[in-house]
Amino acid sequence: MPYIPHTDLETEEMLEAIGVKAVEDLFEAVPSELIEREEFDLPSGLSEQETSALIRSIAAKNNNAPISFLGGGFYNHYIPEHVTNLGTRSEFFTAYTPYQPEVSQGILQALFEYQTMMTRLTALDATNASMYDGSSATGETCLMVSDITRRKTILVGRNVHPQYREVMQTYCDGKDLTLVEVPFDAETGKIDMNELGNLLTEDVGGIFVQSPNFFGVVEDMKAVSQLAHEKEALSIQVITEALSLGLLTPPGENDVDIAVGEGQSFGIPIGGGGPSFGFLACTEKYMRRLPGRIAGETEDTEGKLAYVLTLQAREQHIRREKAGSNICTNQTLFAIRALIYLASMGKKLGDLASLNHQNAVHFQKKLSEKGWDRVFSASFFNEFVVDANDAGVLSRLKEQGIAGGLDLGKLYPELNGKLLVCVTEMNTSSHMDAYLSQL
Amino acid sequence: MKTIFEISITGRSGMQLPEPIGQESELEDTRAELDLPELSELDVIRHYTKLSKRAFGVDDGFYPLGSCTMKYNPRINEAMTMLSDITSFHPWQDPEDSQGSLEIIHRVEEYLHEATGFPALTLEPAAGSHGELTAVMMMKAYHQDRGDTKRTKIIIPDSAHGTNPATVTMCGYETVQIDSNEQGGVDVEKLKEIVDDECVGMMLTIPNTLGLFDPNILEISRILHDNGALLYMDGANLNAILGIVKPANMGVDLMHINLHKTFSTPHGGGGPGGGFVGCTSDLEPYLPAQRVEKNGEKYDLVSKKEKSIGRVRAFYSNFGVIVRALTYMTRLGKEGTYRIGRYATLNANYIKAHLKDHYHLPFPQHCMHEVVFSDKNQERYHVSTMDIAKRLLDFGYHPPTIYFPLIVHGALMIEPTESESKQTIDEFITAMLQIANEAEQQPATLHDAPHNMVVRRVDAVKAARNPVIVCNTCCT
Repeated sequence: MPYIPHTDLETEEMLEAIGVKAVEDLFEAVPSELIEREEFDLPSGLSEQETSALIRSIAAKNNNAPISFLGGGFYNHYIPEHVTNLGTRSEFFTAYTPYQPEVSQGILQALFEYQTMMTRLTALDATNASMYDGSSATGETCLMVSDITRRKTILVGRNVHPQYREVMQTYCDGKDLTLVEVPFDAETGKIDMNELGNLLTEDVGGIFVQSPNFFGVVEDMKAVSQLAHEKEALSIQVITEALSLGLLTPPGENDVDIAVGEGQSFGIPIGGGGPSFGFLACTEKYMRRLPGRIAGETEDTEGKLAYVLTLQAREQHIRREKAGSNICTNQTLFAIRALIYLASMGKKLGDLASLNHQNAVHFQKKLSEKGWDRVFSASFFNEFVVDANDAGVLSRLKEQGIAGGLDLGKLYPELNGKLLVCVTEMNTSSHMDAYLSQL
Repeated sequence: MKTIFEISITGRSGMQLPEPIGQESELEDTRAELDLPELSELDVIRHYTKLSKRAFGVDDGFYPLGSCTMKYNPRINEAMTMLSDITSFHPWQDPEDSQGSLEIIHRVEEYLHEATGFPALTLEPAAGSHGELTAVMMMKAYHQDRGDTKRTKIIIPDSAHGTNPATVTMCGYETVQIDSNEQGGVDVEKLKEIVDDECVGMMLTIPNTLGLFDPNILEISRILHDNGALLYMDGANLNAILGIVKPANMGVDLMHINLHKTFSTPHGGGGPGGGFVGCTSDLEPYLPAQRVEKNGEKYDLVSKKEKSIGRVRAFYSNFGVIVRALTYMTRLGKEGTYRIGRYATLNANYIKAHLKDHYHLPFPQHCMHEVVFSDKNQERYHVSTMDIAKRLLDFGYHPPTIYFPLIVHGALMIEPTESESKQTIDEFITAMLQIANEAEQQPATLHDAPHNMVVRRVDAVKAARNPVIVCNTCCT
């Protein structure tokens, strides 16, 4: 039997040591009518070889585009081989949460380094050791904001990732909070600052603005923060394209209180949207309100530097019903992978971000020459919205093995026929030429 | 050991990027500095290889961490998630181009239908606690939809994981704790007293955190249902009963499971996980809206929003965990599935039989997949559970879960899982017996443990008093 090593003889010996005749005798507490005495109605187990063949044949039914201009929350970036190689070392992936620090210094130090990376990238003071993903981290942040401010309304830009807004709505419903949508400016693609001002009542705990937003447009976070702070609300920046942190003014320098988002761009495959990791960083003032694990520095009994999970008095296993969140696992494996990616990229992360931006600007202009107008006037990072005015184009591109972008009509009826196009370092000039040749 | 920031050398880089295709930028507002380390590729490899050697996983040795189901993680599972058909599957691509992925999700759902008995389910939660949250939100939506808004209380045993009461608070409800009876189960008489028309339901871990199956389960569900309340099963311990009991048959209305535990996704140093919520047809309308449906040979992605709680996670959740689960389920088949809970239980009871004369066993009956001891016998030598745990490190074992459940003073919670052989367990028993002997003969050895780790015992109190959670060395 795969993965169960007991021989019949050993099973007999073990039963004898316990003092029962059969394994079923151990289930005396289970009402006998509940015990399943037959095998389930499932197929027979397969050998590894057969399993591999079966899973491969199913996976092959996906028709993934070899050339992709899809973004919208998960991005196609190059992953250096050594990042995958180190990130899949079994000491990392078969361990669990570092409850026993003496045997887990490697994971704890890695989380400490990850926390350092994320605070530097966001220019904020504190962060946890990662969250499930960007969307659920944003949902959790709604609760954190309401907890801090004791206010029950949350504002969110309509140009925040639509699925993130759905998750926020679910979390807000759970805690009886009101989520109010702020429209975007149809000309610039940025959040409508006038409407934001109008909606910012005394009951608003925080403003969630994505930058770069779902249309790729860079928001004026400084102005958002100023507006929020005038009403003693928090300014929260949502980030789905973490690479933008390499180039844009970081959240902390725009007086943002909390930055929350998705870290997939840092060395993690797209893979259907997960697993990856979410990040959540804040100013020092709110450090003790963060959900999730946090690694910290300390000493051992001989005064030697050591790391340990810290500030656990915030967490569910100590505070139970008084905890701010029920989260226990983070996404350590992918936080470590992102750490390795960032350590490898170092200051070149800025160059990579610039390269993404420049390639995107270049391609947007090429599309414009073909008569595909840019929809929003404000600056974008590495994705942008264009008016394709060509209903069949995505199918034609698909036939050429190109995912030409995301049709926004299903998500934003007001943007019917508009495409969200993403350009990264993976899109070469031959990819762009192949795309343009179909227009 | 120095941090990655402390070994940075100004001007060094291991990265070479392609040339940009365009030269133009339209951004004015860019950051002035980026304080990240500068290293060669080999620097990075050496640093993280060294860190990995300061970690301990299932591959390194026996890991009987109770409640965490640290079973073997087959490599075939990992290989399947690395297939390019999986890694380059973009969540925004059309469902018609995503048929393989939708089929994977659907096949896992089919297995779980059979294994849990629930007619409806979701794989959207990203972890066990996320599944709990999803389930309690569904309970809230169910009662509200019926106009039954008076219900605000959720009953939780004192033996429960902290995630249960924390989830209740996240959903704006109030926790009512019920004390365990002398057999470690739910006090049925007390339950009858506290269930009323203000009760949303009960969150019950089955088997519970003592590793015990509550013999009164059918009566518990009847009491709740008679009062219009729901029974939610915390399925953190599904590994104990997989192949033995179908949760739906116990009168459970909805449950979560930690997909990564029972179905063998590596725990990754604390994630990623995967969640699942299964429920009766009465609760089906409240599940997260996004579902996969099979129509003929085609798989559709449908959205059932009307009464749904909405969405708890973007895209296809932790899809890679679902791929691992299908791979594992395919390997197990009906034969393996039949054996999981049986052998997990056999292993735990075998440990119990050998250690019960040396470590205090608060509940003497047969356990399920895990057994809980306490340090009561060692107290007289001033040896604590912490000392025992730290001494186990010297023997090359990851310690059991300690000081949980809270209702057992100085708890040592041992979960061997079915993947461990008799030899491994015999060696562990020998170590535990030696430690019991040391407690009596030379307690100082335990007080000073661990002796051969990279650090001695770590001071957690100091860390929390003056938290340092980031490195201050600049790389500029």
